[in-house]
Amino acid sequence: MNDRHLIELIDVSKDYNGDVALEHINLYIKDGEFITLLGPSGCGKTTMLRLIAGFIMPSSGRIEMNGVDIAKIPPYKREVNTVFQKYALFPHLNVFDNIAFGLKIKKMKKPEIEVKVNEMLKLVNLEGYGRRWIDQLSGGQQQRVAIARALVNEPKVLLLDEPLGALDLKLRQEMQVELKRMQQQLGITFIYVTHDQEEALTMSDTIVVMKDGVIQQIGRPTDIYNEPKNVFVADFIGESNIIAGIMLEDYRVRMNGAVYRCVDAGFGRNVEVDVVVRPEDIDIVDPEKARIAGTVASVVFMGVHYEVCVDCGGYEWIVHTTEEVKEGQRVGISIPKDAIHIMKKTRQTNIFDCEVYPDDNEIYIEDKPFDCVGVEGFESKERALVQILPADVQLTAPQDAKLTGSVKACIFLGTHYEVAVSCEENDWIAYSPDFMEDGEEVGIVVPADKLYLSHNKDE
Amino acid sequence: MKRRIFAYPYIVWMALFIAAPMVFIFYYAVNIEGSFTLSGAWTVFSNADTWRSLGDSIVVSLITTLICLLIGYPAAFILSNMKKSTAGLLSVLLVLPMWMNFVLRTYAWQAILRDFVPDVLGLSSIMYTDAAVMLGLVYNFLPFMILPLYTTLSKLDKSYIEAARDLGANGFVTFFRVVLPLSVPGIVSGITMVFIPSITAFTVPAMLGGGKSELYGNMIERAFKTLSSDGNYSYGSSLAIVLFILVIVSTMVMNRMDKNQKEGGQLW
Repeated sequence: MNDRHLIELIDVSKDYNGDVALEHINLYIKDGEFITLLGPSGCGKTTMLRLIAGFIMPSSGRIEMNGVDIAKIPPYKREVNTVFQKYALFPHLNVFDNIAFGLKIKKMKKPEIEVKVNEMLKLVNLEGYGRRWIDQLSGGQQQRVAIARALVNEPKVLLLDEPLGALDLKLRQEMQVELKRMQQQLGITFIYVTHDQEEALTMSDTIVVMKDGVIQQIGRPTDIYNEPKNVFVADFIGESNIIAGIMLEDYRVRMNGAVYRCVDAGFGRNVEVDVVVRPEDIDIVDPEKARIAGTVASVVFMGVHYEVCVDCGGYEWIVHTTEEVKEGQRVGISIPKDAIHIMKKTRQTNIFDCEVYPDDNEIYIEDKPFDCVGVEGFESKERALVQILPADVQLTAPQDAKLTGSVKACIFLGTHYEVAVSCEENDWIAYSPDFMEDGEEVGIVVPADKLYLSHNKDE
Repeated sequence: MKRRIFAYPYIVWMALFIAAPMVFIFYYAVNIEGSFTLSGAWTVFSNADTWRSLGDSIVVSLITTLICLLIGYPAAFILSNMKKSTAGLLSVLLVLPMWMNFVLRTYAWQAILRDFVPDVLGLSSIMYTDAAVMLGLVYNFLPFMILPLYTTLSKLDKSYIEAARDLGANGFVTFFRVVLPLSVPGIVSGITMVFIPSITAFTVPAMLGGGKSELYGNMIERAFKTLSSDGNYSYGSSLAIVLFILVIVSTMVMNRMDKNQKEGGQLW
């Protein structure tokens, strides 16, 4: 790997008929690095890969390769090859002809093709499989053929779209090691798309964490794991305790009723923050000697360690420990100061457009009526802004509410869950005592006195 | 298996209306007034007209099939790349003429070729030639070529096309190296569905053709229609058996081509 930027995405956006897939992406990819685009489904990672491959064009922005804008160059003229999610091996050709496909198009001579294809078969450990048909191969073997078919063209960049998704765990782990070996052996750039954080941490030089078409964090695997930039990254990469806290001043944070020293600064005084602590960084200690103590709520043996849940006065801490404890036992937990990661609090309130009907004491949000008491001074049908605190949003069964939406994310914050609910127009943030599955349909109810209206300043 | 009982109605139907007539055809081919004879078969084999007419029929059907393929493939390809709703509407338009009676449609062509073309356009007409027959056949059977092709092409996984583009193939190469080979099953069933009705057709040749030579279907028709004492049932049945064998062989050849490869392959 060297520091030369091979590919650069400059302020790239992409939407499909108004649905935004990528928003103002800026990213450079170094020559010879193994970079992983990581995120949940629908985060825009595959869109980004397809932009680089040339199957789609950006709505705005530039994609440069070696300093030249390639946004309008068709895929067959790019020095980029793709390993497709479902391999897309040609069923009417055998293994040899599949791999030779690109070379034949380049009008390479037969003996030369033979040498190259056999070299590739050797690289992917499939010597002697050339005459087989694609449907005679196992999933893992098809995977290797797909990689060989792409690599034989000696691309500058290899794009891999969740290539290991269809394989079982053991095979997947083997292929992870092998992919990394091939990448190092050939020295070409791999751009790898996955939603599997473990895969990303294992193989990558650089990880790009994405959510909702926006890059959340770019960094080395250790940076991403140890210093997640926000709650989403912390929650997505590995397991974490995410606890609401107050930054009292630089290097001092209050959480779970105790004040801790930490290594973060620059948040200001008495600011609400999120605190992230990895379960393996917490130690179980004698309750007498600990700042925080609680009772063990559950113990699960995970093979290498126990996953212990400790209830400390309403705050639940997940701890990974090799020490054996019993349910109901009183324990103390100790958190070293460099294990405490402070994060700026994510959006804390809901602010939406609404239409006010003062005569009926009602406002309409997303064309759904809500009873509202503070409507004095507003004109009929006035377009206004309404603010609702997440704690005031009540999540109900869909049939009990006029406005419904589906759960988009649910993150445990120590005492409660922060739930993002995606409705027709807006995303709502609510607090919930219970865990909710992604995609679950919920109704949204707000008490009439918890809707804070303000005039829309633009009008 | 109790469910087998549901197959009985069809088995009865098949026995009465498919198996029995076949047996009759084979019976009549070698029987005149209750006695065994090969004279009908001999008339078929010894008569040069039989073979010329069979040859003509094969040529006409092959050209018809080829024209259907040349018109139908691009049409199906364009359809398969359209939005589903638009493609659905267009394929309804495609089969719309088939809701009209077959004979009526052919009458229309008769009127066009016999009256409209020479009288209104002032051109010499192709009426009563093989060209007119082929025109009629293409008109009637084109949907049977387009529909299976459209089905195959629209089911074709777009990632194959992307993979080919990714590996350096331009649109032209992608089509000939990937799309065309993968659509062979559709081509095969399209050809089968046009060629077989074409070679056995007799309405269209009877109404638009005629003239110098007569096609095989009309020969069979005439053999049965001119019923006289000289046992033309035997002659007609023998003619039918020859066509029957030809159709079986060509179907087998087409199926072979389809099965020879995995999911598609080379036609030639």
